[in-house]
Amino acid sequence: MLSFQQIIFKLKEYWAERGCIIQEPYDVEVGAGTMCPETFLRVLGPKPYRVAYVQPSRRPADGRYGDNPNRLFKHSQLQVILKPSPDDIMEQYLASLEAIGIDLRKHDIKFEEDNWESPTLGAWGIGWQVMLDGLEITQFTYFQQCGGIDLDLVPAELTYGLERLSAFLQVKDSVYDIEWTEGVSYGDVRYLDELQYSVYNFEAADIPTLWKLFDLHEGEAARLLAAYDPKSPGKRRYPLLAAYDQVLKCSNLFNTLDARGAISVTERVGVIQRVRKLAVGVAHAWVDQQWGMPPGLPVEEEAAAQ
Amino acid sequence: MSVPFLLEIGTEEIPDWMIPAALASLRLLFEKLEIPHESVTLDATPRRLTLRAEGLPARQADSEERILGPAKSAPPQAVAGFARKLQSIVGTSRIVRLEDLPIETTPKGEYYSFVREVPGRPTKDILAEALPGLIPRINFPKTMYWTGKSGPRFIRPIRWIVALLGEDIVPFEIAGVRSGNVTSGHRRLGAHEIIVTTSDYERRLRDHYVILSAEERRAKISNELAGILVKRDDALLETLVYLTEYPTTIVGRFDRQFLELPAEVLVTVMRHHQKYFSVENEWGGLAPQFVAVMNIDADPDGFVRRGNERVLRARFNDARFFWETDQKRKLADRMADLNHVTFQAKLGTYAHKSGRIVALVQKLGGDGHAIRAAHLLKCDLTTELVKEFTELQGIVGGLYARTQGEPEPVWQAVYDQYKPESMDDAIPRNRTGRIVALADKLDTLRECFRVGLSPTGSRDPFALRRAAQGVVKIVVEGGMDLELSELLQDDAQLSAFFEERIRYYFKDIRGFRYDEVNAAMAAGRSNLADLEARLKRIQNLRSSADFEPLAASFKRIRNILEQARSGSGGQAQPPAEIDESLLEPGPEKDLYEEYRNIAGQPIENVIGRLRPKVDVFFDKVLVNAPDARRQNRLTLLSTLLAEFSTIADFSEIVTQS
Repeated sequence: MLSFQQIIFKLKEYWAERGCIIQEPYDVEVGAGTMCPETFLRVLGPKPYRVAYVQPSRRPADGRYGDNPNRLFKHSQLQVILKPSPDDIMEQYLASLEAIGIDLRKHDIKFEEDNWESPTLGAWGIGWQVMLDGLEITQFTYFQQCGGIDLDLVPAELTYGLERLSAFLQVKDSVYDIEWTEGVSYGDVRYLDELQYSVYNFEAADIPTLWKLFDLHEGEAARLLAAYDPKSPGKRRYPLLAAYDQVLKCSNLFNTLDARGAISVTERVGVIQRVRKLAVGVAHAWVDQQWGMPPGLPVEEEAAAQ
Repeated sequence: MSVPFLLEIGTEEIPDWMIPAALASLRLLFEKLEIPHESVTLDATPRRLTLRAEGLPARQADSEERILGPAKSAPPQAVAGFARKLQSIVGTSRIVRLEDLPIETTPKGEYYSFVREVPGRPTKDILAEALPGLIPRINFPKTMYWTGKSGPRFIRPIRWIVALLGEDIVPFEIAGVRSGNVTSGHRRLGAHEIIVTTSDYERRLRDHYVILSAEERRAKISNELAGILVKRDDALLETLVYLTEYPTTIVGRFDRQFLELPAEVLVTVMRHHQKYFSVENEWGGLAPQFVAVMNIDADPDGFVRRGNERVLRARFNDARFFWETDQKRKLADRMADLNHVTFQAKLGTYAHKSGRIVALVQKLGGDGHAIRAAHLLKCDLTTELVKEFTELQGIVGGLYARTQGEPEPVWQAVYDQYKPESMDDAIPRNRTGRIVALADKLDTLRECFRVGLSPTGSRDPFALRRAAQGVVKIVVEGGMDLELSELLQDDAQLSAFFEERIRYYFKDIRGFRYDEVNAAMAAGRSNLADLEARLKRIQNLRSSADFEPLAASFKRIRNILEQARSGSGGQAQPPAEIDESLLEPGPEKDLYEEYRNIAGQPIENVIGRLRPKVDVFFDKVLVNAPDARRQNRLTLLSTLLAEFSTIADFSEIVTQS
């Protein structure tokens, strides 16, 4: 039986053999691997790129104090980006499952329509959720747009839910019983994260402080974006990457405030728009900085009226 | 010589629900090519759209083209020029000589002309030319690009194409994929590359675990379900037919203890989240079993069954956890929480909405139960179970209300609040439920229209058409006596929107003829129960031989009155009493007497007597008399029209003559 970490090793090795750079998790808190610059910024522009990394992904509202066997505040995604997507991407993906010991002759795999969309990132794609014996194990997306920009090359994004996949392979009913490595369970490693962050996100986080932090990070991102000059000869050294970190901070603060029940009805759509505006701004500036393309006007879609 | 044609578009997995429409679109596009053929068959699996046609000609028929040259009298240079042009068309195989050119006589004079034989093009060439343009035009609700920003768009990436005419490959390229004679088998059970011919295509696919025909996949699933008390679900069956290339069913079990949860919750988890059929016991309740459909031939070691059982157990555990958590706070205690749930950004919260629904329920004459139900109506939106299974909103509220001891009319009204969800669905089962559902839908419609969120074209994000359709259905089928116009707040746009929905309901759902619907609605459409009653009367009247002629006469009367009005400069004539002294004996007097006799009686009883009198009147009497008799006759006609127009405007009836 493969341990949690062996599954990760195997998948990384598999994708490294197929030309992926193996990155380490990004060091700013994110809700999904898609939000890391390795995906969000790298999918833009005409340059091919292949990367794989594990990203601990924080979803404050999904925390359950470590009580629920299937729901986590912080789960681990293995994120794979293949840009442009190879013609045999489906075959490569299925072979990756065999690489971690799933005999596809003996299991049922279905690709069910599931189009991914992130309003805060101005990003969307077409794809499937991959079902293995009735369990969703991967989100498979052909990116179409990111930061409000149509993508030059269409990347395939594979997001493996590592806890689910491991529980499946190890035949465990609770993620906390997954064997992380011999003699150490997932619960041993992560239970306290789940408990304490649930307490923080639902009970202890100081709302005014979080709002203040949100405003500060938003202000810093906006300040940097406003000062970016596409005509400047030295624009390559301009810190757009740092501006993007500020956007990620805003996104995570928004999620925490939301879990804390601090975002009122009328505010919610507005706050999403504020983060989105920054993300779209960074994407457009980035395209200009890297490839000197006219950034164009950020496309403001109809305010998500629902 | 005729040949078969095979086109297979190989793709990555196409969403199941789009496939039947895509095939219909492909058929239409093929027919538009106007290539003669004897038959066409369309088939699909998630990974392929296939069109097979029999009896195509190998080449089109030869034809003749007539080229008209200059007039016989034209200058020699022009004639020589024409000869040179012809020479370039026919090539060097034949010498065109002026003296050989036939002269054609046309109405404009004599002209040189030339008949050219045009050989029919090979069908293969026509197809090779047309298919690259045809394939991307197959209609899908949403498409993607995959080769790059300016690349072709399709529902999912195209990975291979089989295009065979007889034994030949129809050569073309689309999105970098060259057509050929190589298909692909089942992803895990078949070979990746399989060479096929038009005659062995379907059989070769079967050898590689692809059942091409949807009908056959459906039959395979249905046969395997026989003997199991499966809850019939045709929509789910359709989904599974188009989600698999080689469907095989397996029966799984779950722990009996989960049967303590409401069947609605269990079925929703199985159906919507896992695409399982639920199984009933012999008394019609749920059995602790399910049927899953795999896309593989067998599960000899039970891996797939056990995997699905574990997934279901986890889902049921979640549901039970939510059910138990939710019970800790009663629905009635959750009303204040609705202040935190948005109905719509411009329209505030569900707390606001609930307040408006309560007021509307009162206006609609709802009793204490209805008002209680209106207060509780949206509270389930704050429960964990509804957050997890949004499709159960309403139903969960109803179940909680029942568990928490609310009276039957109340919990049923909450349970049924979203009914009817379609025109096939039933309306709420009791009167309390009908009033509450009506108030909820009317409020959504009124508010959305008020702030300009009305549907545009095919975009209807708030499902307002369904809401309005539901209002019409509830009012009519629930026999509710109310004036719709009083509930629409003088909103002209909303009123027009309702007019459309009412017309649709009576015409398309109830099957009344369109002109009957127009006629009845022209006489009023605010009280729908009354409108329905009048429609039924018109439908009955129509079988009478007197009906259409009388309708034609009414139309004539209307035209005469309108002409008279425009003749007087558009001024409405002052209402006049009929002056009996001006009536001429004979047809005019007879018609008047008849009118006096039958006034106030239902038209059904008098139509046979009235019609001949009207006919004779129009036959013998000149309405446009040069004196006061004219006005008197117009008054007679308008009185007659008014008498029978309360049921319908008969001039809307389309008559044979």
